[in-house]
Amino acid sequence: MKLTKLSTLVLGCIIIANSSQAIDLTVVSWGGAYSKSQINAYHNPFMELNPDVNIIHDESSYEAVAKLRAMREAGNLTWDLVDAVPSDAIRLCDEGLAMEVDVDEILEPAPDGTPASEDFGASLVSECFIPQIVYSTTLGFRTDVESWNGNEPDDVCDVFDLESFPGKRSLEKRPINNLEWALLCDGVAKEDIYDVLETEEGQNRALAKLDTIKDEVIWWSAGADTPQWLADGEVVFGSTYNGRFFALIEEAKQPVKILWDAQVFEYDGWIIPTGLPEDRLAAVLDLVRFATDTQRLADQAKYISYGPARTSSNALVGEHATLGIDMAPHMPGHPDNAYNVFYFNYDWWADYRDDLDAKFQAWLAN
Amino acid sequence: MVSVDSIIGRNSLHRKVQRSLRIQKLRALGLIAPLFIFILISFVIPIGDMLFRSIENQLVSEVLPRTTEYLKSEQINEDWEPPNELFWHLYVDLAIAAEVKLHTRVGSRLNYEKTGISSLFRKSGRSIKRFGADDYRKALTDQIPELTSIDYWELLAEGTKYGYTRDTYNAWKKRLIENDDFSEKTKPSDFLFVVLANDIKSSGTTPSPDTILEEKLLPVISELPEIRFKELFLETDEDWAEPDVWDTIQLYSPSFTNGYYLNSADFKKGSDGPELRPENERLYVLIFSRTLFMSVTITMVCLLLGYPVAYFLANLPLKYANLFLILVLLPFWTSLLVRTSAWKVLLQNEGVINDVLVAIGLISNLERLELINNQTGTIIAMSHILLPFMILPLFSVMKTIHPSYVRAAKSLGATPWTAFRRVYFPQSIPGIGAGSILVFILSIGYYITPELVGGTTGTFISNRIAYHISSSLNWGLGAALGSILLAVVLALYWVYDRVVGIDNVKLG
Repeated sequence: MKLTKLSTLVLGCIIIANSSQAIDLTVVSWGGAYSKSQINAYHNPFMELNPDVNIIHDESSYEAVAKLRAMREAGNLTWDLVDAVPSDAIRLCDEGLAMEVDVDEILEPAPDGTPASEDFGASLVSECFIPQIVYSTTLGFRTDVESWNGNEPDDVCDVFDLESFPGKRSLEKRPINNLEWALLCDGVAKEDIYDVLETEEGQNRALAKLDTIKDEVIWWSAGADTPQWLADGEVVFGSTYNGRFFALIEEAKQPVKILWDAQVFEYDGWIIPTGLPEDRLAAVLDLVRFATDTQRLADQAKYISYGPARTSSNALVGEHATLGIDMAPHMPGHPDNAYNVFYFNYDWWADYRDDLDAKFQAWLAN
Repeated sequence: MVSVDSIIGRNSLHRKVQRSLRIQKLRALGLIAPLFIFILISFVIPIGDMLFRSIENQLVSEVLPRTTEYLKSEQINEDWEPPNELFWHLYVDLAIAAEVKLHTRVGSRLNYEKTGISSLFRKSGRSIKRFGADDYRKALTDQIPELTSIDYWELLAEGTKYGYTRDTYNAWKKRLIENDDFSEKTKPSDFLFVVLANDIKSSGTTPSPDTILEEKLLPVISELPEIRFKELFLETDEDWAEPDVWDTIQLYSPSFTNGYYLNSADFKKGSDGPELRPENERLYVLIFSRTLFMSVTITMVCLLLGYPVAYFLANLPLKYANLFLILVLLPFWTSLLVRTSAWKVLLQNEGVINDVLVAIGLISNLERLELINNQTGTIIAMSHILLPFMILPLFSVMKTIHPSYVRAAKSLGATPWTAFRRVYFPQSIPGIGAGSILVFILSIGYYITPELVGGTTGTFISNRIAYHISSSLNWGLGAALGSILLAVVLALYWVYDRVVGIDNVKLG
């Protein structure tokens, strides 16, 4: 008798547990302050509204492409939503590893009814890419360099001017951005850059321009390198993401200034892996719909100085959550900063990345 | 005389012994079986699979079977022009591939060989939907509404008359089934109607059992505008007119390729055999030789630094020796990343070493030494990290060298140097061998330290392999570079065995 009761109880518990079974979603991102901003702005509010969803964070975005491919080969998909840069999104889309989405169908329109595709505009760079933020790769410099005699660089080409602004520079260890800046400073018009870069002479011309400062450059591969080196005085001038500069200047209070001239606009966003089971896909679509609405994208800017990818979110950007500074002037898209913007051509780089990377590495190694 | 019984007896005894021996053997095998299976599954098979990718190349011919078949007999040179028929095959191949997004995969595969093919395929996969196939679908289904159902197509595919339609339909269906997209409710794709119309048109004049189909459809088809595939493809992207593009497809149609290995040796697959790449693209031979050079240097540095330390440790009283041994082992218990980062702090331009040198006036503030982000940085940091692997085998071998040998040599009149050179050193060679092999093999495949302190001239081949595995997704090239590295290590091991003898290696 007792035993029957007990087993009924146990059975009951199992049924209850099953009926309210939570869905675990694994969301992959870049880690650090960026992941924190997503957790605060998207994931925590979403989990409050949907108690049956539990979001697990994974910080593997930097190797997302390879891992997703390995997962397909192993036939075991463990990720549900992945934060990726557009170049990776294009590659994943080409490989059939990311799902094609219709943004007007799956995302909220702007509060005034503008469809999502218009609200996101140019940031929709691939059929698989759901944009979140606009950031920029730009240059920064130390303000206390004695040999500069009180002058400050105000032009992107000052990075190539070793006479007026001597000292070590740090640039990213990849062809992207560097070749564009080199051609720009070699007198090529902004709109002709990719046409010139397509030719052998154009590529050699860009590398020749970089040759003029090659001995003075330290090449970085992690976004944290340049801020660290600037703080140590190891370099006096260097490129990194604008959010890293914000942390260096506003949070670490280092004597560094951002040079917004010819900043390169880039995007970051979500991709949904192909082959998710239906229940997980439904939950992911809910999360994406919530996390990319106008208010949530504006909320993210409270925690990090990256601009929302939606036009309609810009007006809602407020103050930093802990520092209490007005965030709008720190956004790459703010009129004071975006006076000379360089737009990155993702489609072009998807074609030329492998070839130019080989040439760039051969140039570096020699 | 041997009796029959004894023969039987001996034989059965023999058999019994054999059987029990066999059982013993099986039991022994059973004991090592778990380890064996584990190594097979977790080590041999994955590595074999990865290495196999360096020659594998089925994708192109699987996704573009008609195009590659047609190209087989073509002689492509600079004046060659792609014929109309080729574009028809390309259209059918691309249409099937685009249904399951395979065209972009072929595009990125071929883009490794020729820049621009990736977007060429991506664009074309999108634009073939606007080639007018929907007009064909509308016109044909207006005449025969059953054509919208997949059952009708199944029947069509069973017939033998429209061979091209049947093969195309089956290929299309197979792709959808592979992708779990096929059911009875699936609608036939637009391009299938073009294929069918084409088949009917070309066989329409001969009488056949499918006359109803033909009677109804032929008049409509002859009224439909002809799709000019070549023009449409060239409108999408004029690169389709370039012989180079077709040459690349032709070169990479076979199921197996030596292309990845050629790339790893700075060669390029050309239509008349391998060609050396232009100078500004040569990379891998340089990095391979640099990897070897740095590994040898690191091994030598470790030996020079490690030998005296091991000698000192081996000749201390046990009490102190243990204490100092802990100092040697300490780095082992610290994270590799921490040690490498510590070297960054020490070696950088504004770092501790340069600061000290400037402070004591050895160098001026303007000529600080470049100790990091180059080969020097990699060699210093890696020698430090790998030093214990040299000291420990040396130490354990030196422990076994009895001090009385050196004493005996000295008492027979040898100077300390001679005693060391003729008596002590030869006995420590097995330790040198073991330490050198360990350090060399570990360093040749090192990744994280060169990545962090190597800058541009101090990186190893493993950094390029990692780039191809995780960033460019060119796993074939990564696998080829990895196989070459493995082959180089095995070859050096063989040479080492020949010169020093592997029996001379002792870990203790």
